[in-house]
Amino acid sequence: MRTSTTGRVGQYVALLAYLVFLAFPFLWLISTAFKSPRELGRLHPSWIPDDPTLDNFRQAFDEQPLLRAAGNSLLAALGAALIAVLIATPLAYVMARHRTRLAKAATGWVVVSQAFPLVLVIIPLFLVLKNLGLINSLAGLVMVYVVWALPFALWMLVGYVRAVPAELEEAAAVDGAGRVRTLVSVTAPLLAPGIVATGLFAFITAWNEFFFALVLLKTPEKQTLPVVLTHFIGAEGVADLGPLAAAAFLATLPSLVVFAIIQRRITGGMLTGAVKS
Amino acid sequence: MLLLAGCTSGGGSSADGRITLRFQSLAWQEESVEANKELVREWNARHPDVKVEYVQGSWDSIHDQLLTSFEGGEAPDIIHDASDDLADFAYGGYLADLTDLLPERLKSDIPERSWETATFGDGIYGVPFLQEPRVLIANAKWLKESGVRIPTPEHPWSWEEFRKITEQLSGDGKYGVAWPLKEPVSATLNLSLSAGGQLFHRGADGKVTVRFEEADETVPRTIHDQANTDHSASPTTLGSGGSDTLPGFFGGKYAMVPLGFSYRQQIVQQAPKGFQWQVLPAPAGADGLTQGVSPQTLSVAEDSPHKKEAAEFIDFLLQPQNMVRLALGDWMLPTGTEALKAPALRTVKDGWATGTALATHLTSAPAQSVRGYPEWKDKVATPAFQEYYSGAIGLGELRKRLEDDGNLVLARYQR
Repeated sequence: MRTSTTGRVGQYVALLAYLVFLAFPFLWLISTAFKSPRELGRLHPSWIPDDPTLDNFRQAFDEQPLLRAAGNSLLAALGAALIAVLIATPLAYVMARHRTRLAKAATGWVVVSQAFPLVLVIIPLFLVLKNLGLINSLAGLVMVYVVWALPFALWMLVGYVRAVPAELEEAAAVDGAGRVRTLVSVTAPLLAPGIVATGLFAFITAWNEFFFALVLLKTPEKQTLPVVLTHFIGAEGVADLGPLAAAAFLATLPSLVVFAIIQRRITGGMLTGAVKS
Repeated sequence: MLLLAGCTSGGGSSADGRITLRFQSLAWQEESVEANKELVREWNARHPDVKVEYVQGSWDSIHDQLLTSFEGGEAPDIIHDASDDLADFAYGGYLADLTDLLPERLKSDIPERSWETATFGDGIYGVPFLQEPRVLIANAKWLKESGVRIPTPEHPWSWEEFRKITEQLSGDGKYGVAWPLKEPVSATLNLSLSAGGQLFHRGADGKVTVRFEEADETVPRTIHDQANTDHSASPTTLGSGGSDTLPGFFGGKYAMVPLGFSYRQQIVQQAPKGFQWQVLPAPAGADGLTQGVSPQTLSVAEDSPHKKEAAEFIDFLLQPQNMVRLALGDWMLPTGTEALKAPALRTVKDGWATGTALATHLTSAPAQSVRGYPEWKDKVATPAFQEYYSGAIGLGELRKRLEDDGNLVLARYQR
């Protein structure tokens, strides 16, 4: 079926509008990060700063330990992503390949667990971690992030495993490959994009997470980036807008870089198995 | 069981007997954070056996963070907060009663009306130390050229005069005033004290009821009429925060903006070069310049094993000269009478003198100790005031909602 020229133009206009909608807050953030306080107070703001300045970045770094906080965030997010993927991958494989009642119940529980609000679990979780001696430690935070990311990671990976035809594994078995060899040489390469996408999801969830980090980490040395960013906000929502925008811009960069590097793989992974040959 | 096991202190003692206290500060502006950290350094230098650890908190999430820390027995020893956030923590037994822990010097330095803001039942659960009145930040050149009388704390505008003047200043797409009423309840109630508005009335049985009487009408009616009848108040800022009104103020769209005293810092930073501004007192009513405030407070956690030392640190932090440093850092007024005498707080520059002159008129914000107030505010009063100010409902409907719906909410908390 061929799309008419008008239809094609309409599609591109819609796509452009969507891109502008998505990009607007980020572009505004960048613009704000490079503006002086005087320019921020203008009645008619401009996209391009008249007199671009790095003062907001300097002030942000002077006032708050952004590098240390970014290091903590990176540790927590990487740890959570790695562990979540390590746990979720074999579990997802079992749930996808062996459709038992237990697997169905587990899938149902995964969906239900997503409905629990944060505030419902935070106090019991706090007490449990306290008794394990994991309050105010990044290890405790990573544990929470893993548990928090696991249901959705599992759900995502089950879909990816199902997209890998079981016939391929059977063919490998017929050719004499053992169970482990089949998993390593046949299934794992096909699952790689899905594993990367799932890891990325866990990484970004942990990187942006605020509330658990706020409650579980007590000392400034342990605080993560989202918690430190709130230190630019005062009573009644008054914010130190320039430094806040500068710090928030820097905080979004890792996610963007990770996305840029692996987006091709994710797209590939998402298309895997989309069409039956 | 877990809860019991969790009930340990935030700070602690080391094997050599040294005490460590955790002080969670909500200072956030550069000068304010520096002032707090400097004072902590000075304390630590003078008290090698009682080390204070500075921990930065955030206004944005303080209530939830404290609640969780209290439940888990991990709260900081010394807690910076605001008096309107203390009621639940005080009644919940999470904060120490400071009545017998504070020295007489501090008790007598801070006036009774300020202590009332942090007194719940028979106990004092926080030391009120910084406060800010709502003032009118005005475009000085605009006012001067218009020839209107410039009010002073000694001769303020009445609410009626204020309405007339804003009407006089308006026209051609410009407004005499821009009310930032994103949080309409606290602004309205605090300013209504000037007209004698009480709204919350405690009966002989100790129960509180809402009665929207004639004195309570003055401020809301003025704002409503400015926005909807005179068109002397910008209708677009009624749902805005204070910072959102500043570009319009600097751009010559609004002659005046009612804001908290500490907004001066933003104005100094953001005002275009040559922009002339001044601080004016908020209008006065039957009760003069009286205004409700919810001061910033310092409290001690009930679970802290070192309450005495924590109170000593608070006493150090709030020595008159230190209170002045904290006030200057936050662009607010100290509650201490000695600190208020400091020349740095009485200078005309940046409107300090006007604010300091208002200090004696500041009293406890209405209802901050009324149980159920947060729900009344969020579910009943905020939408009711927003609709009234936008012209969607009249005064009768506003009264009906505040009283009928409001008293149903309060009754649930007072059974």
